[in-house]
Amino acid sequence: MKRIERTNDFVVRFANVNGSGSASANNLFAKVVYRLGVPVSPKNVFPSNIQGLPTWYEVRISDKGYLGRRGGADFIIAVNGQTLRDDYDMVQPGGYFLYDSTRDLPPGFDRDDITVIDIPLTQLCNDEFSDNRMRQLMKNIIYIGAIAYLLDIGLEPVSDSITKQFAKKPKLAEPNIRALEIGYQYAEKNHSDACGLSIEPSTAVGDRILIDGNSGAALGALFAGATVVGWYPITPSTSVVEAFERFASRYRIDPETGKKNYAAIQAEDELAAIGIGIGAGWNGARAFTATSGPGISLMSEFLGLAYFTEIPVVLINVQRSGPSTGMPTRTQQSDLLACAYASHGDTRNVLLFPSDPLECFEMTADAFDLADRLQTPVIVMSDLDLGMNDHLCAPFSWDDQRRYDRGKVLSGEELDKIEKKWGRYLDIDKDGICYRTLPGAHPEKGAYTTRGTSHNEYAAYTEGSAAYERSMNRLMIKWETARRLVPMPEIDIRDKNKKLGALYFGSTAASAVEALDRLEESGIPISSMRVRAFPFQPEIFDFIAGHELVFVIEQNRDSQMEILLAGECQVAPGKMVRVTNFNGLAITARMITNQVHTALLAKEKPFISQISAVQKETS
Amino acid sequence: MSYVRPTFRHPDSQKNKLGYSRKAYEGAISTLCAGCGHDSIVSSIITAFFEMSIEPHKVVKLSGIGCSSKTPAYFLGRSHGFNSVHGRMPSVATGANMANKDLVYLGVSGDGDTASIGMGQFAHVVRRNLNMIYVVMNNGCYGLTKGQDSATADKGSKSRKGAPVSFESIDLCELAILMGADFVGRGFSGDKKQLLPMLKAAISHKGMAFVDVISPCVTFNNAPTSTKSYSWVRDHMEATSTFDFIPMQQEILTEYDHGSSIPVPLHDGSIITLHKREDKEVITNKKDAIASLEEAKVKDHILTGILYLKPDSEDFHDINQTTDTPLSQLTEKELCPGNEVLQAFNESLR
Repeated sequence: MKRIERTNDFVVRFANVNGSGSASANNLFAKVVYRLGVPVSPKNVFPSNIQGLPTWYEVRISDKGYLGRRGGADFIIAVNGQTLRDDYDMVQPGGYFLYDSTRDLPPGFDRDDITVIDIPLTQLCNDEFSDNRMRQLMKNIIYIGAIAYLLDIGLEPVSDSITKQFAKKPKLAEPNIRALEIGYQYAEKNHSDACGLSIEPSTAVGDRILIDGNSGAALGALFAGATVVGWYPITPSTSVVEAFERFASRYRIDPETGKKNYAAIQAEDELAAIGIGIGAGWNGARAFTATSGPGISLMSEFLGLAYFTEIPVVLINVQRSGPSTGMPTRTQQSDLLACAYASHGDTRNVLLFPSDPLECFEMTADAFDLADRLQTPVIVMSDLDLGMNDHLCAPFSWDDQRRYDRGKVLSGEELDKIEKKWGRYLDIDKDGICYRTLPGAHPEKGAYTTRGTSHNEYAAYTEGSAAYERSMNRLMIKWETARRLVPMPEIDIRDKNKKLGALYFGSTAASAVEALDRLEESGIPISSMRVRAFPFQPEIFDFIAGHELVFVIEQNRDSQMEILLAGECQVAPGKMVRVTNFNGLAITARMITNQVHTALLAKEKPFISQISAVQKETS
Repeated sequence: MSYVRPTFRHPDSQKNKLGYSRKAYEGAISTLCAGCGHDSIVSSIITAFFEMSIEPHKVVKLSGIGCSSKTPAYFLGRSHGFNSVHGRMPSVATGANMANKDLVYLGVSGDGDTASIGMGQFAHVVRRNLNMIYVVMNNGCYGLTKGQDSATADKGSKSRKGAPVSFESIDLCELAILMGADFVGRGFSGDKKQLLPMLKAAISHKGMAFVDVISPCVTFNNAPTSTKSYSWVRDHMEATSTFDFIPMQQEILTEYDHGSSIPVPLHDGSIITLHKREDKEVITNKKDAIASLEEAKVKDHILTGILYLKPDSEDFHDINQTTDTPLSQLTEKELCPGNEVLQAFNESLR
């Protein structure tokens, strides 16, 4: 058997039972690797359940900094009896399988191409700890101790992290460190030189931080001055608001009175959640809500109201697998069409596509300026993988000189200076954006009634066709203004001959970059464009037009980005090639390269069936 | 309906403490049917704000969809209004109120808007005790879609189309009391004498003030067999403890007989004096308030007046502990923690 022997480049997968306290132990492992300076990308694959169902934690370690999901696992820590067989079968040939040998492996576990590492986790734990809760939790720390030895990490980096984690409660650190030592020492004694995988300290991480996208979005909202949040609990967006409340309870308390400079309202449903956001935005506060697919469906009527009445509101959509309830704890980028045109009638919404937690932070902050400037809903399109998993990204920073752009809001004094009659929907500047007033601004001027029914330039109800058409056309002028305000795409020219291009967005970026590197190494250079917003800029049209073939890489079944591009950009048929994954797990570089190769082969040999072009690796 | 309103006002027309005449509180011409109960309620709303000398621009009008929800256009033309989507006025009002606690929020809704499509939002805005006046113009039918029965139509009663209502009606006042409203009243659009002081008291109340106003639909639901018709309501109205409203500004003189009247001071210093009827319990008791409503129903009566009152309630801002400055007026200084905090945060992750 040829063992996998690799340093700082492999995948460790933990197979646990949900609710057993494994998440924090596994997270500790990822954090230790990060603190050793080695780029790491942990992904939690969890069920829609609180206790008892299988859950996995997949940690990719990559000195080169490839942080998308790789697929497969070189080392599996199997502590869930329910999935033991699957986990065993999943280990890559030459890989390692660590299990709790308090119970023997069942018959039939007889692979000869992997190294099996037996450690009696339960036994070791029960010998040391008597408390039931402790016995459950410390079992997790014992296997962390074992892999600290097996992967050459050493005790110290892990115990340092534990000490740091329990800095405020050193009493709690003690049993953790004891459990760590037990696992470490057992592995040292019984499995010396059993493992060819190794982690060595590195400088590859640099000054990057390890954080989840939802915390980034919450900080973005905090720094951008959001004061009102209406929300309804839904995975995977809940932690956006929880993080916002956590930060706000620290940084948004009036120092003199102890009162809150914010209001976070858990609403009765998603309709009320966005209704609260719209009411607050209309009345001059910066407001947002966070939700996921089912919430988007419920909010659609209100999104149309905000679009048509021109009210700023920010929505953070942490996408999950649909349709309907779908796979609530699995990732996807499948709300593009639902969000771009959310609501009945001719409605269009501004979308932003963050690709890492830093962009979750920056784009959420920018979304408030954009919403105020454009007086319209702005939707930040995150997803479960980006939102709930930790990702490595550049550190956050804020320009203290930055001022909020509150857009065209007239104060009482400004109303007094206006000579002509003010109209809420008069396009004075010819950019499609009109001047609004806030309640209470002036005793006699500037009051109007906001209505979802058609209205003329002075906000009066009208069923006149001409006035209605004028207002709908003016909203398209505003859409053109939005096109120039939203973040530009990022272009990377690899193919100077302009034959092949690839287009991707959001959390797909990590795997897309890795796939494009691999393709380039194998002699297929593909230029790429990372789309960062909708409406699409002319640069996007030009990129597509300028290449013979453009791969559109995304994480949904129907290639929604391709549909959106085709509808908005007048693309020649056959030009765009769909590269997709929609199995609920983050797309891998391998999936992308496989589909690109297949498509290119099919291009040259058209007899290759189309079906193989969309076949996916599903591991 | 009237198409024009004379703009001429007598130079000596009464002015309020702000120096405004009633005209400053009027809105556009109503487009509702002639004789619509809603227009009478609109008139009482105008009078209430005028007589209480509340600055019109400090009032925010919000509504959902339906005949009732059109009415904010017909009063307080100097106030900002928001005609939102069907059944969702309460959430928009919540957001607006959270943004700026210094304004007066008046929500106008109908029985379809509140008792059917908006039932969830109604229940929850009451539960939050949002500081607002929530007026339901209750005609027991869907007027704007031509007369379908609503959820407040009484079981067995007949609308103009003739078929008796098959389902139990929803009593919004009882529901509001159950959901935690601390001011619940029921009026009749045809009885301004009672409605006007009730609206004034509702405006003075801090927290949710819910007022259900029976308002006959002259076009679709005014047949004598309908329990929401002018004739039926006039014949079956029974007032609970009658009351007077004494605004804060007025010097309080003890005009009431101590044996039968109870003064209830409101948050802003105004006083409601309840003239207790001998056979009625005081309405500051939740259990009795509901019992009174149920007893009246047994007698085929519609109980009107202030049905339940708890004057010293905590509104949503109290519960949330919102800062004193309206949130909409806070700036970067109060809101943005700054780069130093962010750098420390980065460091805490390392």
